[in-house]
Amino acid sequence: MIAELTKNERNGALVILAVLTVVGLVMAVAGYADPFGIHGGLVAIAALAGIFAVISGYFAPEPTLARFGEYYDTPSKIGIGLAMAWAVFGLFVGDWVAWLLAYPNATFDAGWSSFGRLRPVHTTGVIFGFGGNALIATSFHVMQRTCRARLPDQLTPLFVLFGYNLFCILAVTGYLMGLTQSKEYAEPEWYVDLWLVVVWVTYLVLYLRLLARRREPHIYVANWYYLAFIVVVAMLHVVNNLAVPISFYEAKSYSLFSGVQDAMTEWWYGHNAVAFFLTSGFLGMMYYYLPKRAGRPIFSYRMSIVSFWGITFFYMWAGSHHLHYTALPQWVQTLGMTFSLMLLIPSWGSAGNALLTLNGAWGRVRDDATLRFMMVAAVFYGLTTFEGSFMAIRSVNSLSHYTDWTIGHVHAGALGWVAMITFGSIYALVPWLWKREGMYSPRAVEVHFWLALGGTLVYVLAMWNSGIIQGLMWRTYNDSGTLAYSFVDSVVAMRPYYIARAIGGLMFLLGAIVGSWNIWMTVRMPAPVPADAGGDQPAIALQAGE
Amino acid sequence: MAVEERDPYSGWMTTGHEWNGIKELNTPVPRAVWFFLGLAALFSLGYWILMPAWPLGRDYTRGLLGLDQREIVAKSIAEAAADRPWLGEIANKDFPVILADPRLMADIRQTGRTLFGDNCAACHGQTAQGGPGFPNLTAGSWLWGGDPADIAETIRVGINSANPDSRTSQMMAFGRDEILPRTDVEAVAAYVRSLSNLRPAGTQAQIEAGKALFAANCTTCHGEDAKGNQQVGAPDLTDRYWIYGSDLQTVFATVWGGRQGHMPSWQGRLSPTDIKILALYLTDLRKRGS
Ligand code: HEC
Ligand code: HEC
Repeated sequence: MIAELTKNERNGALVILAVLTVVGLVMAVAGYADPFGIHGGLVAIAALAGIFAVISGYFAPEPTLARFGEYYDTPSKIGIGLAMAWAVFGLFVGDWVAWLLAYPNATFDAGWSSFGRLRPVHTTGVIFGFGGNALIATSFHVMQRTCRARLPDQLTPLFVLFGYNLFCILAVTGYLMGLTQSKEYAEPEWYVDLWLVVVWVTYLVLYLRLLARRREPHIYVANWYYLAFIVVVAMLHVVNNLAVPISFYEAKSYSLFSGVQDAMTEWWYGHNAVAFFLTSGFLGMMYYYLPKRAGRPIFSYRMSIVSFWGITFFYMWAGSHHLHYTALPQWVQTLGMTFSLMLLIPSWGSAGNALLTLNGAWGRVRDDATLRFMMVAAVFYGLTTFEGSFMAIRSVNSLSHYTDWTIGHVHAGALGWVAMITFGSIYALVPWLWKREGMYSPRAVEVHFWLALGGTLVYVLAMWNSGIIQGLMWRTYNDSGTLAYSFVDSVVAMRPYYIARAIGGLMFLLGAIVGSWNIWMTVRMPAPVPADAGGDQPAIALQAGE
Repeated sequence: MAVEERDPYSGWMTTGHEWNGIKELNTPVPRAVWFFLGLAALFSLGYWILMPAWPLGRDYTRGLLGLDQREIVAKSIAEAAADRPWLGEIANKDFPVILADPRLMADIRQTGRTLFGDNCAACHGQTAQGGPGFPNLTAGSWLWGGDPADIAETIRVGINSANPDSRTSQMMAFGRDEILPRTDVEAVAAYVRSLSNLRPAGTQAQIEAGKALFAANCTTCHGEDAKGNQQVGAPDLTDRYWIYGSDLQTVFATVWGGRQGHMPSWQGRLSPTDIKILALYLTDLRKRGS
């Protein structure tokens, strides 16, 4: 990895890491009495490890100009490894908290292992750890191919990737120490948020630099989506995390917003995180890997445009549907509900565009588990967006809100759509990146597919049942005109579903473990006879010496 | 440079662009998409006209239906109250009258169960049978009196709570505060256990000594006969119901370290009628249990 950096880049890396070490040490000393100090130590250790890595490769010969004849894929390769590691970790913690709900004592009586701390470890681990790394890794790959240009330099992508993972680690270790802003999906404290701003802006600039170097006259749809993902996440992250720290060497901060404004800002953020992190970015993935794997042209360019702008415009308004029947003024709820309804059409436009692209390749869908992952993902995307718009209707929401139905809905999206499209894309990408003929074990891909699909169905069906039972129990009256069930009654009724859900989650986790093993074995496979690069080269190559 | 070509499978033209092998068809957007987009937009438009929808500076469009979620809630709460005429009767009638009225008691059983489940079960258990530290409310003698009015008062003010009228009870830490030496605490613990014939019993000498110690230290609160005193919330030590536990270790710990149970006050959190319902529910639970 270091050998691929030019001398200047190695020096640049050393400077960045030295600054980071100093920052970490200052944090550690100033905040020694607070978890802030522990995080400082962690930053310093990570940066020092980086320095050692750079120094150990410092005197390797510089890369030759031949590198311009190839895409720069090292960050994508590392990113895939990190994504799978986070997947296994995040899913494991998720399944643990699932069992906790059925067997609440499984915490070993420790603070760090209480439900309230483990839950954000799970959500951050899977969304930002697994999802984020997969997005970064694939975005680098897709961007270069569809722009026919090599990444502008070698250092920035590595900075984005490792910087982002440092963010994830600070977030997760913070929760275990009890640090949280108590905003769902925005739990990390102020200094972790600031670090992400640095990383994310670098990511955006990197993306724009590459786009400016592109050798294709048109920007491919996948890139619109990746770009929307990067731009909007930056905006959401900055606004929702505006906060005042209680001091510059302590972790705790107070949000700039309070009361219903805080709730609205949080759910504007929260729902758009679903929209632009968990939807837009992964649609970018889908628009590249699905047609590529199926060997079919995109069904309709025009539908891509309608869907893209529909999704981008409508999603922005939808967040208030998380706050129906609350102190939020009713007019805001009306807007949230109606825009959520209109959102269904472009969402189905995207799902339909994906499925219709498979026309002419259904035979391959049958035989190829990788393509089937992507097909099922598109189906779940359609199902989940329908369900989402449905649940945004106020009267439906009065039944579904605060119940497990919401959890079922989220996981239909997270497992069925986001994880499936990612696994499909990774299975397509790994052999391309490592120049192998295929995955080490196609049968293991098949096994993973069925574990993932089975696990998702068990999970989602359990939560639908549990959620609807819960919702109905909470609104059933007896003939005295009072509520028929206490809250505890509904908890007791949910228990069998909690167990079923934990089993579904376990299946999904096992699938990810099989997948990780398979990827590892593929990477370790002996390299095949050097194949013809088959056009997998940047355009720059044609003008050597640039 | 765009070279359009016809896709042999679908028959549509491509847009002529290609990205690393990916092409796009120029298929028109299906009619259905436009139709449903229009439909959703029309629905939204109609909804905006009828309901509160768009902000206007300091105000917002109220909508033709004039609906307001706060008014709707207030109205449905009023309607729900109208659905429960028996609540008024509970508020106005005396405990004995209600207890003698099977119709009202049927309502009490239904409503009391959920009230208890939502507010009390976390400590006293779903069936009100208690657990270590939390008394069984269905059997045994009462700490503070078993008259429905007494129970209602206990619920209202709580025990050792922050309420100014709170009932206060205190079981001193005889060992830790060095009122009695360790051997005496062991002896009196053995004696207390002997009152309800628990095994393994202490030695005869311990029990004799304990009896004297009990008479000297404990009877002011627990009574000459150790049957408790509802004036100070001291429990009956001769029955088989224990708040904290009857094994030697626990009884020793009780006398050594003292106890001060905490029961929250429900005044202000539950309405007077709800408190009355709970008192009646507990009275009825015990009556049906015995
Ligand atoms: C936080 C735990 C807790 C909750 C919640 C709680 N209780 Fe209690 N309650 C106690 C404890 C502890 C005692 C015993 C205090 C003592 O040992 O002196 C007690 C005592 C009582 C007593 C007195 C028993 C007697 O023998 O005189 C009554 C009656 C009672 N609770 C009813 C209720 C009702 C009704 C509710 C629900 C509205 C409720 N409690 C909720 C902890 C609780
Ligand atoms: C100042 C009054 C007072 C005196 C004196 C007193 N107690 Fe108590 N005792 C109480 C009260 C009140 C409780 C209930 C405490 C609670 O539940 O929080 C209690 C509880 C107990 C219990 C626990 C019963 C159970 O159900 O778990 C035991 C045992 C006990 N006392 C034994 C003794 C002995 C032995 C002595 C004398 C050495 C003694 N007490 C002296 C007031 C007193």
